Amino acid sequence: MEVALSVFVGIFFAVAIYLMLSKHIIRILLGVSIFGNAVNLTIFTVGRVVREVPPIIPEALQTPDTITANPLPQALILTAIVISFSFFAFLLVLAFRTYQELGTDDTDGMRVAEPEGEPLPPLGY
Amino acid sequence: MTADSQWLTFLALMLPFAAAALAPFLTKLLRHNAAWVLAIAPALMFLHFSGFLDPVSEGRALAGGYAWIPSLDVDFSWYLDGLSVTFALLITGIGTLIVLYSGGYLNGHEHQGRFFSFILMFMGSMLGLVVADSFLTLFVFWELTSITSFLLIGFDHSRSGSRRAALQALIVTGMGGLSLLAGLLVIWGATGASSLSALLATGDALREAPLYLAALLLILGGAFTKSAQFPFHFWLPNAMEAPTPVSAYLHSATMVKAGVYLVMRLNPVLGETVAWETILPVFGGTTLIVGTFLAVRQTDLKLMLAYTTVASLGLLVMLTGFGSHKAVEAAALYLVAHSLFKGALFMVAGLVDHETGTRDVTRLGGLRSAMPVTFAAAVLAACSMGGLPLFFGFLAKEEIYAALGFASGWSAALTLVAIVGNGLMFAIGFAVALKPFLGAPVETPKHAHEGPVLLWLGPLVLGGLGLIAALISTVSHRLISSPMSSAIAGEPVTVTISTVPHIGMPLALSLVTVGFGVAAFRMLGRLRGVMASVLNAIGWGPDKGFDQALAATTKLSFGVTRIIQSGRLDYYMTATFIALAAALLIPMIAFGEFPAAPAFPAMPFYEWIVLLIGVIGVGAVIYARDRLTAIVSLGIQGFAVALLFMLLGAPDLSFTQFMVETLSVVILALVMTRLRLSPTDHRPTSEKIGDVLVAGTCGAALGLMLLRVTQVPFNAELSEFFAANSRVIAHGRNIVNVIIVDFRGMDTLGEIAVVMITGLAILALVRIRSAKPAKAGQES
Repeated sequence: MEVALSVFVGIFFAVAIYLMLSKHIIRILLGVSIFGNAVNLTIFTVGRVVREVPPIIPEALQTPDTITANPLPQALILTAIVISFSFFAFLLVLAFRTYQELGTDDTDGMRVAEPEGEPLPPLGY
Repeated sequence: MTADSQWLTFLALMLPFAAAALAPFLTKLLRHNAAWVLAIAPALMFLHFSGFLDPVSEGRALAGGYAWIPSLDVDFSWYLDGLSVTFALLITGIGTLIVLYSGGYLNGHEHQGRFFSFILMFMGSMLGLVVADSFLTLFVFWELTSITSFLLIGFDHSRSGSRRAALQALIVTGMGGLSLLAGLLVIWGATGASSLSALLATGDALREAPLYLAALLLILGGAFTKSAQFPFHFWLPNAMEAPTPVSAYLHSATMVKAGVYLVMRLNPVLGETVAWETILPVFGGTTLIVGTFLAVRQTDLKLMLAYTTVASLGLLVMLTGFGSHKAVEAAALYLVAHSLFKGALFMVAGLVDHETGTRDVTRLGGLRSAMPVTFAAAVLAACSMGGLPLFFGFLAKEEIYAALGFASGWSAALTLVAIVGNGLMFAIGFAVALKPFLGAPVETPKHAHEGPVLLWLGPLVLGGLGLIAALISTVSHRLISSPMSSAIAGEPVTVTISTVPHIGMPLALSLVTVGFGVAAFRMLGRLRGVMASVLNAIGWGPDKGFDQALAATTKLSFGVTRIIQSGRLDYYMTATFIALAAALLIPMIAFGEFPAAPAFPAMPFYEWIVLLIGVIGVGAVIYARDRLTAIVSLGIQGFAVALLFMLLGAPDLSFTQFMVETLSVVILALVMTRLRLSPTDHRPTSEKIGDVLVAGTCGAALGLMLLRVTQVPFNAELSEFFAANSRVIAHGRNIVNVIIVDFRGMDTLGEIAVVMITGLAILALVRIRSAKPAKAGQES
């Protein structure tokens, strides 16, 4: 299972990075979203995979009596999902407002902070 | 040294800084008369250090200080012998007069308080430099003199010439400071001595060390830049942009002498080698000749003096490197004489400038009746500079010629250099001291009259001292010259030369020098024309080179910045991901950490289907032709991941993922329908191939890393802790939930804070509109 997941995660990363290398903000955003899923799956796989047994202690016991899924990565991923969602929402609104202000979604056209053909700094004293 | 005097010395070293802190307030209260109060500080220090004259003249050296960083063998310590006491007395004595002189010179200047503050800070730094014992103390004070001199030279910061001079001095002496630091560290490493006193006790250890030449060159790099030796001489004349009290102080007795001090201080351990006795006389002699030749060309009183200062520094370096006791004595005598007469002459130049409004020697004349005291001070100083009998400069010059002589071709050549240099300096000294005062009165921008006592006191005292010190030469030799020469030579030396001329080779050479000087003085106008045309023919000099180097640096950094920070997001992204792939793959290749070839996974068919759905989802995102397809495909891969979580025993993750993916799709659809954008790719094929390569490599690297990680044994310690304690300690059955709300509750609080801040940021982004919302309307 880990082997299949490793390949799966590799594909997700490749697609996400390919999208993020694009010049268009919307494609970059799609890439960021997929990247988040890929990272979460990486954390999940690193904690090893156990099928179909959630880490829940039966009513009658103090500790689980069978081997369950690893709870620690799950807790980490739960936090990560929520934060990556906030991040995604923020980027989306930022992209939307950028498009409204600058009239472009091409990152090459966004040069307010680093304008093209900037003059040489003054050489005097 | 007793505990009491140790404490007092520390106080004396800190006193100028305390006075510097007080200066602005005092000046606000007393205006220019604050000078009288502030001068008490250097005067007290002068008294304190003159108390060391007696023990030092008996050949003793006094060390003291406090541990600073004991674990690194670093102390704040001082070392007082003939050399440092002489310097300390020059610095504090001339410092007292300079503070008074500044009171008169900058009378009414709105920043006079600041000026006092700077000059006192400089005084403290310079004093610390010459008495420092531990290498680190020496270096710290050395750098402090660079910084405070930057402040002083750039005092008139509204003029660009002044800013340039300050920056130039800082860069040249600052680079020298780095060289010095490196040199001191090499010496520390080679000998194990971390202080000058310990180093002086090592004898031949440094000379025999394999790193001797490296240490020598690095130390000289510091000394030559500070003491303006050719080809680093150019910053000194430019520093004449500073107010005259600065020139009189920094460029006569203090700042520029720091390099000479260093060379003299290290003479006993670095000297007496072929390298030392070649490099120093060659650079010193060149500086002497270049300095005097350039001085001839000037008509500005201060610049004439500045170039002769360069020349004098060259002479001092040449003498120190000559390598005989006589030469060392000559250097000691000349250093003291030069500090006195050059300080006086600079102050005279400033005084003339202050009272007449010009310091161009061709526009001055006949001031002797209007400014008799200034004239007297100028003549006294010039006589010493010219080396006329009865003056201290005469003693120095006799000793120079006695030291160099004609014993070999080498010393004969140096004697010739000294005669030419001294002769020209004689001519320029008298040009400064006589030309403005003799002849017919010339109309000047301001009506000339004698300056106030604050202004003429300094030059008169220094000029007079040049005479008195020579008249009581037995006393001054016992207290100053002999202890100082002994410290430079590293063994007891007695200076005996007296003011009474005695027939011999040195006197004959002195006469030749004076004759040559008088001739040069009479032909100064013609020499000036010749030098000007020669320099114009050469055209380029290190001063111009400095400008070019600085401009080239700016252009280079601009070009590099433009490449590294192109302002294009896809460049930055590509660089980041290439670095990521390299960071993952290079260690794998270098250490052979590739994962073992895995067996084909045995999985139920429905898991294969879920994975396939995910892959189809991400593939569809890439190939989507319209936005709806893109959004839906994004949803497909997200739901596939949620299903995976469900199948692999993580129902909580699965629920959250479903919720979040649904929300993402909804928000994305809302936003994207408002943007008239197509999600399709517009990259040219060549770019696409490059991007596929980068993305593919990164994906493969991450996949390989994951595979490798899952092949090593798993450490389940933490997971077992949570399983064992979740119900027992935290009373919850769902272990994941217990971790989130209990074991790692603070993390969850942080996470909630992030969500809240993001929400606020989104609100702000939506609400805040740009300041020109109606722009499009106005234009249409």
